[in-house]
Amino acid sequence: MLDSNKDNLKLEAMKRIIGMVAKGREASDLFPAVVKNVVSKNIEVKKLVYVYLVRYAEEQQDLALLSISTFQRALKDPNQLIRASALRVLSSIRVTMIVPIVMLAIKDAAADMSPYVRKTAAHAIPKLYSLDQDQKEELIQVLEKLLYDKTTLVVGSAVMAFEEVCPERIDLIHKNFRKLCSLLVDVDEWGQVVIINMLTRYARSQFTDPNLQDVDEDEESKRPFYEDENEVDEEQQEKRAPTLDPDHRLLLRSAKPLLQSRNAAVVLSVAQLYHHTAPRSEVHQVAKAMIRLLRSHREVQDIVLTSIAATATRRKVMFEPFLKSFFVRSSDATHIKLLKLEILTSLATESSVGIILRELQTYVAAHDPPFVAAAIQAIGRCASNIKEVTDTCLNGLVSLLSNKDQAVVAESVVVIKKLLQTQPSAHREIIIQMAKLVDSVTVPQARASILWLLGEYSERVPKIAPDVLRKMAKTFTSEEDIVKLQVMTLAVKLCLTNPKQTKLLCQYVLQLAKYDQNYDLRDRARFLRHIIFPADAESGGPTRLSKQAKKIFLAPKPAPVPESHFKDREQFQLGSLSHYINTKANGYQELPPFPLEAPDPKARDVETEPQVMEQAPLFTAKKVSSKKDSKFYSDTESPEDESEEDENSSDEDDDDDEEEEDSSSDKDEEEDDNEDEESSGLEEKLPKKVVKSNAKPKSDEEEEEDESDEDDSSSESVSDSDSEDESSEPSSVPKKQTRNAKPAKESTPVVKPKSNLDLLLDLDDVSPAFTPIMTPSLGGFLTPMSTPSSQVKTQLFPDIQV
Amino acid sequence: MEKHWKSVISRSVCDYFFDHQRKASSPEDIPPVIATPHHYLISVYRSSMFFVAVCTTEVAPLFVVEFLHRVVDTFEDYFSECTESIIKEHYVVVYELLDEMLDNGFPLATESNILKELIKPPNILRTIANTVTGKSNVSSTLPSGQLSNIPWRRTGVKYTNNEAYFDMIEEVDAIIDKSGSTVCAEIQGYIDCCIKLSGMPDLSLSFVNPRLFDDVSFHPCVRFKRWESERVLSFIPPDGNFRLMSYHIGSQSIVAIPVYVRHSLCLRESGSGGRLDITLGPKQTLGRTIENVVLEIPMPKSVLNCGLVTNQGKYTFDPVSKLLVWEVGRIDVTKLPNIRGTISLQSGSPPVEANPSINVKFTINQLAVSGLKVNRLDMYGEKYKPFKGVKYITKAGKFQVRM
Repeated sequence: MLDSNKDNLKLEAMKRIIGMVAKGREASDLFPAVVKNVVSKNIEVKKLVYVYLVRYAEEQQDLALLSISTFQRALKDPNQLIRASALRVLSSIRVTMIVPIVMLAIKDAAADMSPYVRKTAAHAIPKLYSLDQDQKEELIQVLEKLLYDKTTLVVGSAVMAFEEVCPERIDLIHKNFRKLCSLLVDVDEWGQVVIINMLTRYARSQFTDPNLQDVDEDEESKRPFYEDENEVDEEQQEKRAPTLDPDHRLLLRSAKPLLQSRNAAVVLSVAQLYHHTAPRSEVHQVAKAMIRLLRSHREVQDIVLTSIAATATRRKVMFEPFLKSFFVRSSDATHIKLLKLEILTSLATESSVGIILRELQTYVAAHDPPFVAAAIQAIGRCASNIKEVTDTCLNGLVSLLSNKDQAVVAESVVVIKKLLQTQPSAHREIIIQMAKLVDSVTVPQARASILWLLGEYSERVPKIAPDVLRKMAKTFTSEEDIVKLQVMTLAVKLCLTNPKQTKLLCQYVLQLAKYDQNYDLRDRARFLRHIIFPADAESGGPTRLSKQAKKIFLAPKPAPVPESHFKDREQFQLGSLSHYINTKANGYQELPPFPLEAPDPKARDVETEPQVMEQAPLFTAKKVSSKKDSKFYSDTESPEDESEEDENSSDEDDDDDEEEEDSSSDKDEEEDDNEDEESSGLEEKLPKKVVKSNAKPKSDEEEEEDESDEDDSSSESVSDSDSEDESSEPSSVPKKQTRNAKPAKESTPVVKPKSNLDLLLDLDDVSPAFTPIMTPSLGGFLTPMSTPSSQVKTQLFPDIQV
Repeated sequence: MEKHWKSVISRSVCDYFFDHQRKASSPEDIPPVIATPHHYLISVYRSSMFFVAVCTTEVAPLFVVEFLHRVVDTFEDYFSECTESIIKEHYVVVYELLDEMLDNGFPLATESNILKELIKPPNILRTIANTVTGKSNVSSTLPSGQLSNIPWRRTGVKYTNNEAYFDMIEEVDAIIDKSGSTVCAEIQGYIDCCIKLSGMPDLSLSFVNPRLFDDVSFHPCVRFKRWESERVLSFIPPDGNFRLMSYHIGSQSIVAIPVYVRHSLCLRESGSGGRLDITLGPKQTLGRTIENVVLEIPMPKSVLNCGLVTNQGKYTFDPVSKLLVWEVGRIDVTKLPNIRGTISLQSGSPPVEANPSINVKFTINQLAVSGLKVNRLDMYGEKYKPFKGVKYITKAGKFQVRM
């Protein structure tokens, strides 16, 4: 059917073949017949052939080469979808011979006009890298270009490629850091996850630990000096964390809205960002969002709870208000119940322990055995962690001893044993009661615990202990190994404290153990015998060891400290696979510790000339944006243009400075905002340069804010989007048109710096004092739309198409 | 069914998964992440099927879990339900979908609006049309939405009747203890929309009392800044059905519990018999009737059968799963529904220590239990007048009464 010239038949045949592939049946015999159809005009046939090719090309390398020329042709197709899918398949064919071809294709695609194709190029990079590691250097170059891309579509994929190919080249991120932060909200959800994870690592390597101060007050004097200087500027706005790098602050601030994402993965990645890099006082902000995730699917619940459990061991306060969200429902799956218990116990404090214990009591009556056992252990942990309730817990546990369920009793015995160890003072009755249980309890763990207790505190119950030993000696042969071991221990201990009554019994037990099947038991018996009864040996008198026997066996033992199993997970990044399974997964990258001295923050500034951030942030902001401009167009523009631009911008800067002096100190607060906003500003052309540089940051900001006035213009911009040029600048142009209208109205050059300032001020939503300046002009901007915008358009496009 | 992206992995990795499946007592108990010597299996369980992803390197597990759920959502969107037979039937579409959604282990297009433009969902009419005209279900051009700033909406939408419906669904999660006092109660709410509007409408939805929200999460179309400053939902909606926002009204505020359950259950040790008596009644419902009431009681293993009498609705007892289900229907205030009778226990079985808990399900129409109300819906950007509708529903979420 594949050879037929009717598309219908071909399609039918392909569908069947795909069916075979999907079921995992071998379909490689058909390879030659299928490959022929790669030239098919029918898009669906083509797609199915692509799917098939990707699956089997690795096995049939020679034949796969036949199809390559088709892909090369498709890479030049005017349809961006076909270009993209050709690249996708080409890069997915794992044949080493075509590496140079793919390399070329990626390079071309990375400079493609369509962001969709550029995105595909970003995806292709790690594919090629895994095929041939030698291409790394070249790939990094392409990647660097893609990282500079400003389209939200591309950025996520580029960062993903970065993570896979060269995560160690953190220097590539410096110049993109601010852009990434400002674009973060608009990137697609999956890109957000990758970017945030990458930026977490970045923050850990580039910023100093915001919590250092809390840990050690003396540290402060050693802190990097530049932050202290900044402190003056930022004091008002960052009262809680006075010494945070402005970029660090920017990262945290731009990630915060993502806590509201519908995608659990995004929320958790923001949570881990805060957990690992935020100042202590701010981490709690993520708690609420994490709690919200608990309503989601079972799998999400499980993973989020694991993360919370790990966090809760260190930050109790964070989740305390949400205590009730961790109450267990009988409909939860067992592993979720266990996780919730774990969290409840780690959250317990003096004030909340009452509620928790009451809950735990109800859990003990549940029908789920592992859960009940965990609940009892949880009570034990609460008891030993919080001194106030130890006695009540102990009483509660003792009452559980009369429970009818064997498992409950056994578990309580084990827990009580641990508790008594912490304070053996005056619990004689409990020990007696437990001794009585030896007759009834059958669970080996519990029996062993009781025996150990009796041995340890035998002097408190001098009458009972030998009696129990007698009983146990009788049943010794039928016991479990773990019990036998404890019987021996008990025998030896009693033999030392009360030799009159028990020496013979002890000998008897050891004798029994000597012929046991378990070598461990035989070994232990031999060992004990030689310490206690050295008389067996011909030497006669007591050896030195046996003199010390009492000290050896009855030495005071340190009480066990019940701990969360989640304590040791700190070493892994929260929310990572390694964190979940608690072993290092393949390809896991360690979070670097915070550097003591922050690396040069200037690396993140996009600039050529040295600048002083502390003195005139507004000034720098200006430069940042202008620098960006020249970068973007560096391939099309002559150096003259660039220098001119710089001059131009410096002129403005001077003006700005003057303006700045006039304005009050409020402005200093916003400077960081502005700066970042500015640096994210897009490219612009020389003639209209100043005008647009005003417009751009504004539009960026408005994109998010979306004033109602945008609605008026939106229809217009959409209709424009059909034009050819759109494909090259699809995201920015419509915006630009509408925005450009505003500043374009201000034609007089004198006003320019002024308007610039206005716009900057408008960005700020912190200080309302300045908004009135803006509002009247804003209204004015909107109305005369058509003429200036079209003007701008014509000027823009010729260049873009170059 | 299998699909490979980076390189081919043998089907035998699934054996690890089946091992775990055999060990687990219920499908719910299988851990979502299973580590095998060389691979990591990440699975989700939806509509009694497992979707397993295999990965070889470090990856955020939630990332994968969330993606798998999104895949299932897409299937449900395409085929209206997602069952084993339907997936087998439409394997080609499934394959094409997966191909579009994931590239080399990284999600590509997951918005259903875009996918639907790339690959048309199957329906009978189109199948006939395609066979006649020779067209295919696969689009040859890139959806314009993918490239725009609003990737969730497709362009060129046209309807003759322009409608926008909002369903505000609130689910009450509560745990009520033996004595009838509330241990914890919270409300989980959703606003699900069905929006069929032509062109590029820009909607804004405001609430009478937005202060009620404790924690919210939005569809990506909602403008976050606007929400922060004015508490107004402003958005360009995707076409069709979607979840606009979900919110949480937490334990800090007091939640009205609309139903009370008076119960007595005693499973006596001697005589191998027990008694059950349950009465239901409304409480704080603001005059609305409570409908679709269902009680589910997972009985202890030792229960053999139940001989019960109801004055309303009917009950079933499944002796295998030991689940007692009482379908009450509507609660009539004048005659409160009641169920009573004896329970026969297996003789000689260990006595039951504790009573099970009751899962209650109900719905109340025309009421949002939190008191949340939509103030108004405004549309900008288009000329026509849409038909607008808001519906409130309160449901029981995880509503448990401990006996």
